[in-house]
Amino acid sequence: MIIGNLKSNYAADEAILRSWPLRWGFWAAIAVALIAPQFMSGYQLYLTTQATVYLIALVGLNILTGYTGLVSLGHGAMVGVGAYTTAVLANTYGMPVFVTIPAAMLMTVAVGLLFGLPSLRIKGLYLTIATISASFIIVFVLETWESVTNGDSGITIPPANIFGIEIVSDQQKFYFILPFAIAAILFGQNLFRTRVGRAFIAIRDGELSAEIIGVNLMKYKLYSFAIASALAGLSGALFSYMFLAITPTLFELPISIQLLAALVIGGVASTLGPIFGAAFIVMVPEIVKGVLGLLSGGDMSWAEYTAPASTLVYGMLIIGFMLFESQGLVAIWRRFWRFVNLWPFRP
Amino acid sequence: MVSEPLLDIRNVSVSFGGVHALKDVSFSVAEGSITAVIGPNGAGKTTMFNVLSGFAKPKQGQVVLAGEDITSLAIDKRAGRGFARTFQNISLYPGMTVLENIKLGAHTHMKTSVLSAGWFWGGAQREEVALRQKIEEEIIDFLEIDHIRNHYVSMLPYGYLKRVELARALAMQPKVLLLDEPVAGMNHEETEDMARFILDLQEQRGVTILLVEHDMSMVMDISNHVAVLNFGEVIATGAPAQVQASPAVIEAYLGAEAA
Amino acid sequence: MMEAFMNNLPFLIEDSLTGLMTGGIYALIGVGIVLVFRATQVFNFAHGAVVMFGAYFYYSINLGLDAMGLGSWSVYVIALPATLILASLFGMLLERLLMRPMLGQNVFAMIMVTIGLISVLDGLAALIWKTDARYPPELAKLNIVDLGGILINTQMVWSFCIALVVFVIIVILFQKSRAGIAMRATATDQSTAYAMGINVPAVFASAWVVAAATGALAGILLAPVNSLTPGLSTIGLSVIAVVILGGVDSVIGVFVAGLIVGWLEAATNHYFGGEAKDLVPYIVVLAIILIRPHGLFGTADINRV
Repeated sequence: MIIGNLKSNYAADEAILRSWPLRWGFWAAIAVALIAPQFMSGYQLYLTTQATVYLIALVGLNILTGYTGLVSLGHGAMVGVGAYTTAVLANTYGMPVFVTIPAAMLMTVAVGLLFGLPSLRIKGLYLTIATISASFIIVFVLETWESVTNGDSGITIPPANIFGIEIVSDQQKFYFILPFAIAAILFGQNLFRTRVGRAFIAIRDGELSAEIIGVNLMKYKLYSFAIASALAGLSGALFSYMFLAITPTLFELPISIQLLAALVIGGVASTLGPIFGAAFIVMVPEIVKGVLGLLSGGDMSWAEYTAPASTLVYGMLIIGFMLFESQGLVAIWRRFWRFVNLWPFRP
Repeated sequence: MVSEPLLDIRNVSVSFGGVHALKDVSFSVAEGSITAVIGPNGAGKTTMFNVLSGFAKPKQGQVVLAGEDITSLAIDKRAGRGFARTFQNISLYPGMTVLENIKLGAHTHMKTSVLSAGWFWGGAQREEVALRQKIEEEIIDFLEIDHIRNHYVSMLPYGYLKRVELARALAMQPKVLLLDEPVAGMNHEETEDMARFILDLQEQRGVTILLVEHDMSMVMDISNHVAVLNFGEVIATGAPAQVQASPAVIEAYLGAEAA
Repeated sequence: MMEAFMNNLPFLIEDSLTGLMTGGIYALIGVGIVLVFRATQVFNFAHGAVVMFGAYFYYSINLGLDAMGLGSWSVYVIALPATLILASLFGMLLERLLMRPMLGQNVFAMIMVTIGLISVLDGLAALIWKTDARYPPELAKLNIVDLGGILINTQMVWSFCIALVVFVIIVILFQKSRAGIAMRATATDQSTAYAMGINVPAVFASAWVVAAATGALAGILLAPVNSLTPGLSTIGLSVIAVVILGGVDSVIGVFVAGLIVGWLEAATNHYFGGEAKDLVPYIVVLAIILIRPHGLFGTADINRV
């Protein structure tokens, strides 16, 4: 049981990892992330890497939706903007990673602002509506602007090349992507130690008093949306380097809904939420596949049900968590540690 | 009045759909004073505050703060000009801790941009730690809320909420502190605590205070200057004793009570 | 130039009429979103999925009737009313199961629930009815009439008339009936409505019932012509353009906006062809948000804060 936590200066109390269990937990998690790939099968590693890519997008969505309270139904399409910017620059123009990734982020922010600027002047609901439009328009452009995007048949991406090393194997991809995810999480975490993050939360929980306190609502909503877009763009760029081939349908509305589902399941407005959510988003289809396999006794024809059943499960999880555990898996996680912390005094 | 008043309300009129909430209201707040606006229910006190905060736009008249006409200034710009406000029905953020709520108050006085916030190096970190120190030493100690600084606001009793809201307003480093019924709903003891805080603020820190209040005895005890509103009009201004003796005021209050 | 335009004119008029008539159906869908929003302050992003379910109810009932060997009369006498009743029950169920427990919760939670509902219904539909295109029976047969060189499909005219009649009934009910007045009172101020003795949960339920029934009717009109797949639910998202243009809380507005958007789609199709028309609603939405966020008939202040 931890009953006290002595600190002798304010800087220590303002740190992210405020206590020794947090510090140890953090370094242990990093260590696990670094070592685990050595013990995973190719497919497991593939799923883990995929989750890591989603995680980056989720950190962005969490800042926008979780902390600022603005729901985006176009986050998947924003990932698509990043993915396609990277794909076109790398494929058509042969640009290196150092150019494509920042360019993808900038492009996504630019596209995001195009849709966000008008709608953020007004009530939050309008951003949701504008992002639905963004989702359809972006995918439409990706499908029809064939001279650049190669339309429905998609586009391939040459593997990322870092100082002469081609990132092709599953392990290489994972180690390539992991640092970005850690940086994204730390970035998000840091935001909420400063006035910027506090302003976001203030907007979510009460626009009027935020304004009285001196928060420029439009400006901070734009910041939040721009950060979310930038991280979506980064996620998209890594998405391209992971799959090495993309099509427009990968970024349609259902992906945006899945991202929201992941966020709600993991836990909105928390650091661990996106991590749990990202793990979940790749596990749901696997679990559904497994359950269908059991139910059908291995009948392969049931495989066609995997996609709709997964869609159904995502939806049910969103609703279920909203109704019964609106803080998501993180709430359960916290309850567990509170229990451990108090043990053996209050079982 | 010898010097220019810090806050000057000049001929302000506000109407909502034909109803005059405020009619040609003028009064001023001297620097370093405690000024109270009193009046029966529906006299227009809260509307007055809303004009100062920018929620209500006056049909005519001006609000002048330290020589600057701020009548049509955007709501969020007013904090930077030196207005801080508490609300009649507390508007703290229940999902944040006491400390975070207070830090939020310092928003306009900080410089950290989005990118430096994300990396939390150098400037951003120094600014946060300096803010923490300032809040701890100047606000949390002063208001005696050090034992609840890490509590979530949603779990605090009413009297503390009022105090935390005052703390947040102080973190805004106001020139003029607007207190909307600071002791409404408080018991005797809590009221005395709050009155003491308000007086200390004026005496020790030289904060100028404008308050709207129902609690007559407290108003008369602590204010230097009182303006009385009735049906949207100023019917008396002056020192507490002067105002108390004014026939118009007595009639307004007795009339209001008789009705 | 002029001659080309004159030659083209009959086609433009034909297309425009088609667009306006489709617009009537958009309005019929949009009104469901408007009613639920007015009563409960929830913007139902899943309304398209409710429409799609209504259409599948109609399809399944007809399939059953066919199996029993009943004649085409049964489409009108049994399938149509049964679908509307089933859809109403479905609306009631959704309100009861999902929205009622959220009463008093924040808007964010409610939006998330309706978004989750899109996924649930889309997934369910694909599991139950598969993704193959279905063609349930039409209410009116395809029949082209030549009106002085302008060809008109009477099937669409019938659809439009049905939509119009239903719409007029809703407007009258909304303005005159006790339930309508209760709904408007609830929309204005929920707690006061409660205090006045209005059964607010009943108002919520009736908004969902009417929305589901009108949505199902729209689905019945659309499905035989455009084919029926789970993808029909996307229409709920494009109809948002109609709702926003009309002004979110305006019943009359949504009808006018339906016609406008329907016509814009037809005109876009006429001049550009291809899939360009699918983009129209989404561009309309962005334009309205930019120019006039409260729409044509909406209350101006609902959009700020």
